[in-house]
Order: sequence, then structure tokens, then C-alpha cells
Amino acid sequence: MAEKLNFELVSPERLLLSEAVDTVVVPGAEGDFGVFVNHAPMMTTLRVGFLDVSNGSDSDRFFVKGGFAEVGEKGLSVLAEQAIKVADLTADFVDNEIKVAQAALEAAKADSVKAAIAFSLNQLNEVRATL
Amino acid sequence: MASLKDLKNRIASVTSTQKITRAMQMVASAKLRRAQEAAEAARPYAERMGGVLSSLAAAYKDVAGAPKLLSGNGADKRHLLIVATAERGLCGGFNGNIAKKAKAHALELLSQGKEVKIFYIGKKGFEVLKREFESNYLDKILVEKLSYDVAEQVGNRVLDMFAANEFDVCSLFYSKFENVLTQTPTRLSLIPAEFDDTASEDDTASASYDYEPSQEEILESLLPTNLKVQIFTALLENGAGEMGSKMTAMDNATRNAGDMIDRLTLSYNRQRQAQITKELIEIISGAEAL
Repeated sequence: MAEKLNFELVSPERLLLSEAVDTVVVPGAEGDFGVFVNHAPMMTTLRVGFLDVSNGSDSDRFFVKGGFAEVGEKGLSVLAEQAIKVADLTADFVDNEIKVAQAALEAAKADSVKAAIAFSLNQLNEVRATL
Repeated sequence: MASLKDLKNRIASVTSTQKITRAMQMVASAKLRRAQEAAEAARPYAERMGGVLSSLAAAYKDVAGAPKLLSGNGADKRHLLIVATAERGLCGGFNGNIAKKAKAHALELLSQGKEVKIFYIGKKGFEVLKREFESNYLDKILVEKLSYDVAEQVGNRVLDMFAANEFDVCSLFYSKFENVLTQTPTRLSLIPAEFDDTASEDDTASASYDYEPSQEEILESLLPTNLKVQIFTALLENGAGEMGSKMTAMDNATRNAGDMIDRLTLSYNRQRQAQITKELIEIISGAEAL
């Protein structure tokens, strides 16, 4: 495979990754999807989960939370509200996230907000189980 | 006339003040660099977000069913003002300018018979405005270490209140960082959302995207995120602005202290000289009298 996909992973705090890779598996809101080079333009929101980047024999895994992914002519850019390399991800951090989400769930007033938080809480628990 | 000893003491105290202001200036310039780096690191995210949202939002402009976060809830009666300032003073007119801008806006709204609630981020704005707008106080939040979490916390709060229909319009006051010397106090309308139209109009508009889930749902889930990102960007700019302003203020203070030391030293020397001359005259006239 000669051509590579330009991939950018951006969090609000900084640009985490910007390089040409073979393929990226993105945790979309309606299921995971893989992106290769020349993917049709699309846009989707992200759910809490893992994002896999593979390049040749190298592969990287990131924990992402919130945000969206955009596939355009220039490549794939993932704008995650939170993105952390799985190697740096600790159980404490996820536990803390779960605690924060639970507190937010109790504090939330509107139903739509509640449902969204409950969904991500569920996802967080799944992530916690894999650690 | 102050005695020689008094003058000496004053010179010593101004010198130590100058040392402090010089140290503060150096600290501020180091922090400024870090704050600027942080602001620059956050820019790609905010720009992309703005670009995508403005192209998505264009489709929903003036459409009846547009998300409320985008177009507002139609009313213009209850206003929420978020005033973001620094935690510390000694940075020139930085905090005062933001507070002044917010105050002018609040007074204007009140004179039109509208309800105003003020939410403070950072201690200084609260201190300036608390007396005058005591009845409009909503809450305050102190920022010890600026991170996205702070913006998220504020954002969630605002979204919750909006969802519970506690206000109609929300605007954020902060200082836009132009350069080290200039920071412009700015008002940004968060709800209804306002976009920077100059941001990337390039390929997002032309390509026909597959949306998953629907375009509308994406827009609806991105708007809350965008609100937090806008708050976060504003806080970062504030951080850089505070340090820039502090640097300038401390530079001025150091220079003023230097001028003062020069003046005091001059009058100290003059007085010392006068005293010597006086003593000499006394000796000479004493010798002549013999």
C-alpha cells in the first residue's frame, strides 16, 4: 500500500498526533469504523472508547472521549475532547472519570443531558473492565 | 527637609521594591511564554471546530427547527453574563478593563428592564463588581490551574441552566490577546452561538459528507462541546493576556522605581555636599576670628 492516510488527532489542549498512517479505527457514535486512504468524506461524533492507529508494523491505541471525526479530502482528523495514550491510561484515571460522570448524572436536570451522561458512563465502565 | 538618614532609608526601600518588581516581570515573561504556547496548542482544535460548525450551522440559519443552542430560545429577557478575569492583581488595567466592559453591558441591559445574572470566573472580577451587582450575583468559580476541566465544569453548568430554562441569552466577557502590549476586552455571545466566519471556509463546505448520525444530531452534539471549547479558548487567551499585562505593568514599575532612586540619590548627594560646605565654612570662619 503506497498511499497513506493523513491522520490528525487533536484535543482541546494540544495536537497529539499528525502523521501519515495506514489505517485508523475510530469509535464512532454508531459503531467503530476503519478509515483507509481515499475514504469517502464523512463526519461522525465519537463515543467513549478506544481509537486504534496502525502504521506498518507499528500500532498505537488511544482512549478518546467526546468530540467528532471528520474524513475529508485531506485525510482524517479526530477532534476528541479527551485523548490519552492507552499506555498512559491508569485505572485511577478512569475511576475518577466514572466518579465525575456519576456526580454529573446526579446534578443534571434535563433528561437529554442525563441520557447522554448515562451512555458515556456505561462506556467508561466498559473501558474500566478492559484495564 | 528630610535628613540624610531618612533619604538613605528611602533609597534602600525603593531599591528593594525595584528588585521585587523586576523579579515579578521576569516571572511573568516566563509564564507568558508558557501561556502563549498553551493558547497556540489549543488553536487547531478550536479552528477546526469553528470551521465545521459554521458550515453545519449555515444550513440551519433562520430555520424554525434549529437547535436552541444555535439560535437561542427566541426570548431576550434574562441574560447570563460570564465574567472571566484573573486570580491575581498587579497586572495593570487587565482585570479592570474586563470588569468595566461587563459592567457597561450589565447596566445597559438593566436600564432596558432586563434581568441580569452574573457568573464569575476568577476572583478579581468578582471583587470589582460584587458591590454594585450584589443582587445579580449567581456564582463564582476560582481557577487554580487552568485546564480543560475548568471549561468543562463551567460549560456543563451553563448548559444545565439553559436546559432548565433559567436564562435566555448568555455572553462571555474576557480579554482577547492581541499581543503582549494589547489585550482587548471582548464580549462573545455563547448562546445564541456566534462563529468566527473567517475560520476555514475551504474544503468543509464543498465536499459532500456522509453524516453519521444525521447532520442535525451531529450539530446538536457539537454545540455543547463548542461552547466549552469557546470558554476554554477564552480562558487561555485570558491567561496569556494576564501575563502580558503583568509583564508590561511590572516593567513600568521597575522603570519608575529606577527614576525614583535616581532622584533620591541626587538629593541625597546634594544634601551631603551642602553639609560638608557648611562644616567647612564654620571651620574657616572660626579660624578667621582668631
